[in-house]
Amino acid sequence: MRVSRSHPLWLAHVLHRLSGLALALFLPFHFYVLSLALTSPDALDSFLAFSELPLVKVAEFGLVFLLAVHAFGGMRLLALEFLPWSDRHKTMAAGAVGVALFLSGTFFLNAV
Amino acid sequence: MLDLRLYLAQRMSAMVMIPLTLGHIAVMIYAIQDGLTAAEILGRTQGSTFWALFYGTFVVAVSVHAAIGLRVIAHEWFGLARAWLAPFMWAVGAGLLVMGLRSVWAVTA
Amino acid sequence: MSATQAPLDVAVWRGDAAGGAFERFEVPAYESQTVLDVVSWIQQYADPTLTYRFACRVGMCGSCAMMVNGVPRWTCRTHVRKVIGEGRLEIAPLRNLPVIKDLAADMDPFFDKWVAAEAVHHPSADRHDAIPPVDPTTEARAAADAGIECINCGICYAACDTVAGNADYLGPAALQRAWTLYNDARDGDRGAILDAVSGSGGCHNCHSMGSCAQACPNELNPMAAIAGLKRATARRWWGGS
Repeated sequence: MRVSRSHPLWLAHVLHRLSGLALALFLPFHFYVLSLALTSPDALDSFLAFSELPLVKVAEFGLVFLLAVHAFGGMRLLALEFLPWSDRHKTMAAGAVGVALFLSGTFFLNAV
Repeated sequence: MLDLRLYLAQRMSAMVMIPLTLGHIAVMIYAIQDGLTAAEILGRTQGSTFWALFYGTFVVAVSVHAAIGLRVIAHEWFGLARAWLAPFMWAVGAGLLVMGLRSVWAVTA
Repeated sequence: MSATQAPLDVAVWRGDAAGGAFERFEVPAYESQTVLDVVSWIQQYADPTLTYRFACRVGMCGSCAMMVNGVPRWTCRTHVRKVIGEGRLEIAPLRNLPVIKDLAADMDPFFDKWVAAEAVHHPSADRHDAIPPVDPTTEARAAADAGIECINCGICYAACDTVAGNADYLGPAALQRAWTLYNDARDGDRGAILDAVSGSGGCHNCHSMGSCAQACPNELNPMAAIAGLKRATARRWWGGS
């Protein structure tokens, strides 16, 4: 049976959940790379050299976007739950995506 | 599934991470300029109590937050049985905590 | 009234708790036709074994709620031309509820959760007490009034993905009603309400995706009510009232 539900706040929920999932899966890898500073600094340096590749920079842009959109979307949810009710949630959701694009875009332009 | 206490733990860890995340994004934008090297990162963080506390707190908060978040996803999207939810959550939290604190130690010691 | 265009291509879910499938019917199209008209035509002229529910047929009782092209709606208030889209109507029983037969869903779990949420009035007076005045202008009464038009049709429950993913979750309607009673000056056990909505199926599972508010034909907002419950339970936990 088909279920049709792609309205804006539902899409915001899916984006928030997928970004959280992606970040949670990324973290162990991130922690591992950083801990190379302890066990094998040369490996860390060669990883950082690898991260100069354009594709990696695009991936980093993606990660910064996911982190920012998850954080700002999360702030919208905290406002929904703890501050007096506002009717502007679609605007806030759009704002979260906008700010996330701005920050990750700034990162990307400084990375290339 | 998520009762009041797990909910509060997730929301409070989220609130703790607001300034930490904004700071982290700012650091990333600053640090990525003109390339990134191990020496540059470690030059900033090694021996720094501030960064140890900053990222140490971040690791603790994200371990709590991600463990609870993954618990919800495991149940709602993947149908993980109720009996497995707590062990799964604790395993994720412990794993992230250990790996995370180790990496904080690696760059600030 | 006579048929004015090509017949409608309608797929209706047939079956029961053990399973089922969609069955296709060709239904005459009329100028002003609701989905309930379509279902009724099928039962009256094509297949008398089709099971479905309706009562008032004017958008007051909620009995005719079904999934129409994947969206839960009151079929008596859904014009075919508004939803026909690609030219096909797909009609199924309400999501997230067991099926009794064909388009009739079993509403028992919905009402069981209503009771489990303590969404029932807790008396604080009896017939010998004076009737307490209820001030309609207080914030609490306004919060309650925003949710009391619920007719328990089950559409929000069918629309909610958290209900779909979490069998314990009490659901938007039950939680909204609990919130209206929490804000009711006459309710005698607000603590019991907060306890009931703080368990593993409670308000804290809501992800605020808002499908409930989007789908409610009475334009109610269970998501806002649930946010209120979250605030109230957190405040109590922190030591407030």
